[in-house]
Amino acid sequence: MLTAEYLLQMKDVSKDYSGNRVLKGVNINIKAGEIHGLVGENGAGKSTLMNILFGMPVIHSTGGYEGDILIDGEVANPKSPKESMELGIGMVHQEFMLIPGFSITENIKLNREITKDNLFSRILGPKMKTLDFKKMGQDSREALDKLGMSIDEWLPVAGLPVGYMQFVEIAREIDKDNLKLLVFDEPTAVLAESEADRFLKIVRKLADMGIAILFISHRLDEIIEITDNITVLRDGEVVSNLITKDADVHKIAELMVGRKIESTNMDKIFKEETEDEDYILNIKDLYVDMPGEVVKGLNLKVRRGEILGIGGLGGQGKIGVANGIMGLYPTKGEILKNSESLPLNQPKKSLDLGVAFVTEDRRGVGLLLDDSIEHNIAISALQIKEKFIKKTAAIRMMDEKMVREHALDMIKELDIRCTGPKQLTRRLSGGNQQKVCIARALTLDPDIILVSEPTRGIDIGAKKIVLDLLVKLNKELGMTVIITSSELAELRSISDRIAIIFEGKLEGILAPNASDVDFGLMMAGEYGKEGVS
Amino acid sequence: MDQNVKLDEIKTKRQMTSDYIFRFIVPIVFIVLCGIGYNLSELQFTFVLNEVITRLARNSFLVISLIIPVIAGMGLNFGIVLGAIAGQIALVFVTDHSLGGLSGLLIAFLVSTPLAIVFGYLVGQVLNRAKGKEMITSMILGFFANGVYQLVFLVFAGTIIPFKTEKLIISTGMGVRNSVDLIGVRQALDNVWKIRPYQGLTVPMSTIIVVGLLCLTLTFFLRTKLGQEMRTVGQNMHIAEVSGINVDRTRITAIIISTVLAAWGQIIFLQNIGTLNTYGSHEQVGLFAVASLLIGGASVTKATYRQALLGTFLFHMLFIISPMAGQNLMGDSQIGEFFRVFVAYGVIGLALLLHAWQKRGKK
Amino acid sequence: MESFKNFVEKVGYPRLIIGGFLFILSIMAAMLSIPIPGLIGDILTRIGMNGILVLAMVPAIRAGVGLNFALPLGIVCGLIGALISIEFKLTGFTGLFITLIVAIPLAAIVGYFYGQMLNRMKGQEMTVGTYVGFSVVSAMCIFWLLAPFRSPELIWAVGGSGLRVTVSLESSIDKVLNSFLSFNFAGVQVPTGLLLFFGLCCLIVWFFGKTKSGVIMNAAGSNERFATATGINVNQQRILGVILSTILGAIGIIVYSQSFGFLQLYNAPLYSAMPAVAAILIGGASIKKVKISHVIIGTFLFQALLVVALPVLNILADGNMSEVIRMIVQNGIILYALTRKTGGDLA
Repeated sequence: MLTAEYLLQMKDVSKDYSGNRVLKGVNINIKAGEIHGLVGENGAGKSTLMNILFGMPVIHSTGGYEGDILIDGEVANPKSPKESMELGIGMVHQEFMLIPGFSITENIKLNREITKDNLFSRILGPKMKTLDFKKMGQDSREALDKLGMSIDEWLPVAGLPVGYMQFVEIAREIDKDNLKLLVFDEPTAVLAESEADRFLKIVRKLADMGIAILFISHRLDEIIEITDNITVLRDGEVVSNLITKDADVHKIAELMVGRKIESTNMDKIFKEETEDEDYILNIKDLYVDMPGEVVKGLNLKVRRGEILGIGGLGGQGKIGVANGIMGLYPTKGEILKNSESLPLNQPKKSLDLGVAFVTEDRRGVGLLLDDSIEHNIAISALQIKEKFIKKTAAIRMMDEKMVREHALDMIKELDIRCTGPKQLTRRLSGGNQQKVCIARALTLDPDIILVSEPTRGIDIGAKKIVLDLLVKLNKELGMTVIITSSELAELRSISDRIAIIFEGKLEGILAPNASDVDFGLMMAGEYGKEGVS
Repeated sequence: MDQNVKLDEIKTKRQMTSDYIFRFIVPIVFIVLCGIGYNLSELQFTFVLNEVITRLARNSFLVISLIIPVIAGMGLNFGIVLGAIAGQIALVFVTDHSLGGLSGLLIAFLVSTPLAIVFGYLVGQVLNRAKGKEMITSMILGFFANGVYQLVFLVFAGTIIPFKTEKLIISTGMGVRNSVDLIGVRQALDNVWKIRPYQGLTVPMSTIIVVGLLCLTLTFFLRTKLGQEMRTVGQNMHIAEVSGINVDRTRITAIIISTVLAAWGQIIFLQNIGTLNTYGSHEQVGLFAVASLLIGGASVTKATYRQALLGTFLFHMLFIISPMAGQNLMGDSQIGEFFRVFVAYGVIGLALLLHAWQKRGKK
Repeated sequence: MESFKNFVEKVGYPRLIIGGFLFILSIMAAMLSIPIPGLIGDILTRIGMNGILVLAMVPAIRAGVGLNFALPLGIVCGLIGALISIEFKLTGFTGLFITLIVAIPLAAIVGYFYGQMLNRMKGQEMTVGTYVGFSVVSAMCIFWLLAPFRSPELIWAVGGSGLRVTVSLESSIDKVLNSFLSFNFAGVQVPTGLLLFFGLCCLIVWFFGKTKSGVIMNAAGSNERFATATGINVNQQRILGVILSTILGAIGIIVYSQSFGFLQLYNAPLYSAMPAVAAILIGGASIKKVKISHVIIGTFLFQALLVVALPVLNILADGNMSEVIRMIVQNGIILYALTRKTGGDLA
C-alpha cells in the first residue's frame, strides 16, 4: 500500500446550491496525527464542506459537488454517510447523537453491536443474531479507558452531565477500528471551562494515537492552543492556510472578517455613549432562553433615531436579543423604553408600547403563508391597534375595504411585486415576503422597529432594496431601527453603531468603519481579553 | 450552563417519578377495583378462577402481539384488526375445506401467515406515511379494513369466491353466514393437554404453553440485532437513521411481526370460542387488546409481556365480575357491562392523554 | 395533459373520486328507473340533517385544533337538552327552542374544559380527541341508565331501567324544522325550514370568520408562532374554537334528531364524528384549512352518495352494502387525509 503524505486531501472542492456558489475551489490537506483547525464566519462554507466530507444526502440531492476528496492519496469521494464511515471518517456532532434510554455501552455500539450466532440466526439470517453484551461491554470499557474515563459503562446516558455525553460520543468514534479522521464541530460550545480543558487534553491524546483531527471552533484562543495548522474560510474560499505557531488571534480574526467595506457609510461619526443622552431603549442584564441563541446578561443602550446593528457569530445570542425584547422566549432582566419599564414575556405589551418586530424566521413566524398579502399586512394592527375595524350592531367586523386600500398603498410604497393584494404570501419570492413582513410592522406605527436577518435567503437585488428601505424609514420617519444580521458587511453599510454579541453578552460597540481586526476580535470574544483598541 | 444541566436533571427526574407512579398506579387501581368487584359480585371463587384462566389463555397471545410496535416507537397498534382478519380468513378457509383437529388448526396458522405478512406490509407502508400519528391512523385503518372485509365476505363470497361447503353461505348464494360454526378446530389446541385440578376448574395447559413460548421468544427477540434496531428506532428515529439503520424497513418489519402474531392470536382465541361471528369477532380486537395491555401498566412507549399478562388477567377479571357486581350493587347488570366498556375506552384515553402530556413536557 | 393535472389538483382527489362515483351511481339509478324526485328529496333532507354536524368541524380546524374527533362531546350535550325539553313535555318550536337553550350553554362549558385539556397536549389532538369522545359516550351510557327522568316517553314502560335506547320524538319536536314552510315541487319534498336553518348556521359561521375575533382565531390556528409574535393568546383562541365546535355539535344532533324522529342514546353517538370528518374532507378541507363551501360540497357529495347508493345496491346486491360502502368511503377518506404530506402535524 502506498503511504501518502497526507491522510486527507480535499482538492479543489466546489459546490453550488441552485446557482449560489457556496464553496469555491477549497483545498485542505491533513496529515495523520495532525490537529487541523477550521475557522470562518457563519455562512463561510464550513458546514457545507463537512456535509461533503460525510457524503450527506443534502449534497447529493442538490447535484453533488466538484473536486475530489482523497484519503491516503486515493480518490474516495464518499456518496453516503455509510461510505464515509467505512473510509474511517468519524464525527462528534454538535447535537449529541445519543439515545438517552440506552446504556453507555449500547450507545457506543449503536448499530455496530457485536453479535453471536444462535439457532434462529442460522435459519432466519444475521438479523436474528444475539447481542453479545459481554463483549460489547469490554470494548466500551476499553474505549472509555483510552479517554481516561472511569465511569461505569452500563449507566444509562440519560442524566449524565453534558461533558460526559461528549466523551461517550468520542468513545463511540474511537471504538471504530478503522477511525482515521475525527471531526469536531464546535465541541467546546456546550462545555464548562474545566470540562473544556480536559476535553482539549483528550483531543491531543487522540492525535498522538495517530488520528487526524479536524477541529472547527469559533473560540480562537482554543484553536491557537491546540491545533498544528489552521485553514481560514471566508465566503466559500480558503483565504489562508497557516501554521499555528506563525499565527495569532489578531491575524486569524482579520482574515476571517476581512472584506472591502462599501464606502457608502464611511461618513458616520462615532460618539461614545454618555449618561445624559436620550436613549429610547435601555436594556439591563437581559437573559433570554432562546434555544441555540441564549442571551446571558446583556446590557445595551439604544439612542433615539439611530440605526443600531447587532452582530456576532451564530449561536452567540445576537438573535436572542430581539426575540427577548418582544417576549417570544422566556426572558428576565430589565428593559426600559423611554425610561419606562417594558413588561417582559408579553408580546402584546411590547407591541402595545410601539415596538415592532420583523422576525428572522420569515416563513415560520413572520407570515401566514396560506393567507393573502392584505391579511398579512393588516392583522397585527387589527389585533394590537384595533385598526381596520368597522362596528355593525356592536359586532366588530374587519373592514375589508380599508384593509384592501391599505394593502394597495403598502404594495406601492414598498414596491411589493405581486399579482395583487389577494395573492397568498407563500407564492411570493423571499424579498417580497420580507417586504410584507416590514409592511405589517409599519402598519403598527412603531417608534422602534426590530429587524432580524432581513436579507437572509433573498437575492442580491432585493437585499439592497430592503436595506435601503430601512434607511429610508430611519431618515424620513425618524424610526429607531435595530437590525440584527449575520452579515457584517450589511450591518456596516447601514448602521450608525454596531454592537457585537459574544456568548450572550455585549462584547463591545464599534463604528461601522472600525477595522477588520477589531470586528474579528470582538466576534471571537478576544477583544476585551487583550485590551486592544 | 450548570443551571441548565440541573434543570434538565430535575425535569427528567420529575418525569421519571411520574412514569414510575403511572407504571404501578394503573394496575394497583385495577387490582383494587377487581377486589371490590369480586366481593360485590358474590360469585364463586372456582367459577371466577376458571373463567379467568380460560380467558387469559385465549386472549394473551393477541395482547402480546401489540408489544413489538410499542417498542419500535409506533405506539399502540390498533391495526392488529387486520391480523385478526387474516386469522379469520384462514379459519373460514379450513372450515370450508372441512379440515379439522390439530392438523386443521396448523393449516389455519399456515394459511393466515402469508396473508398477515401482506397485510402487515401494507399497514407498515401506510404508517410510515403518517409518522407521529400512527395510532389514529392505525385505528382508522382498522375501520377501513373492516369495510373491505365486509365487502369481500358479504358480496364476493359465494359469487366471485367459490365455496365448497354450501352451508357457510347465506341461502341467496351470496355472502358468508353471520356466524360460522368452527366445528373442525373447536378447542383443537386447548384439547391437546387439559388438566382438571379439581371440580369446576379446567386449565388448557397446551394453550398456556404456547403463550409461554411466545413470551420466551419475545424476550429472546429483544436481545437480537433486529430487536436492538427496533428499540433504537423506537427511541429516536433520527439517530437511528444517522447511525445507518433503515428506519422505514425496521418499522414495517415490526408491524408485520405484530400482524402475524395477531392473526395467530385470533385463531387461538376463536378455536377456544368455537364459533366465528363473521362480521363482529374482529371489530373489538384492537380495543380490548390495547385496553388489556394498558391496564397491565404499559404505556404508549413501554410494554413488556409481564404487563400484557397482568393486564389481560385484570381486564378479564373485571369483565367477568362487573355484570354481577352491577346487579348486586345497583340492581342492574347492564351497569356493569357499560362500566367495563367505559373502562376499556377510558383507560386508552387516559394513557394517550398522559403520553401526549409527557411528550409536550419533553419539548 | 398539464391543464388536466391542474384541474385535478384544484378540485382535489377526494372530491373528484367521490363525485365520479356519485355520477356513476346516479346513472345506474336512472337506468334502474328508481324514482328520481324521491332521491332528491332524500338528499335535501339529509344535507340539512347532517350539515351542521359537518359545520362543527370548521371552528376547530380554524382554531388549529384539527378535525374534532371529540364531536360526541357536543352530541351528548344536545341529547341532554332534548331529553330535558321532552321531560317537561314541550313540543314544537317551544320544545326546539328550549332544547337549544339548555344544550348550548352546556356544550360551551364542556367545550371550555375540553379545550383546556387540548391545550396541554398540542400536536396530539386527534388521537386523544377520538378516545375522549369514546370514553364520554361510554360513560354517558351509565348516565342514561341512572338519569332521573320520569316522563313515560323516555323510560321503558315495562322491564329494564333507565332511558330507552331510542326515544321517539313524535309527540315533541319531530320534524318541526323539516315541515316548516315545506313544499312539494315536481315531486320533490323540500324541507325548507331545515335547509334554512342549516343555511343560517353556515351564514353565522361565515360571518364570524369576518369579525375581528374570527380573523384572530384563524391566525392563531394557521400559525401558532406567528400568532404569539402578534400578541395573540393562542390558547384562548383554541378554546374558543373548541367551544364553538362543541356547540355546533350539540345543535347539529338536535337538528339531526328532529329530522330523524328519534333520539338515539347509549352507544349510538360512538362513531358519530367519523361521517362528519369524512364529509368535510370530501368537501376539500384539509387538517389546517377549511371554507364554508367545503362543508356544503362535502355534505352534499357524501350524503348524496349514500342516498343514491342505497336503492341501487339494494337492487344489484345486498341491502347491507350501503353501510359497507359508507364505511369504506368514510374511513378511506380520513386515511387519505392522515397520510398526506401536507396533513399537518396534528395527530
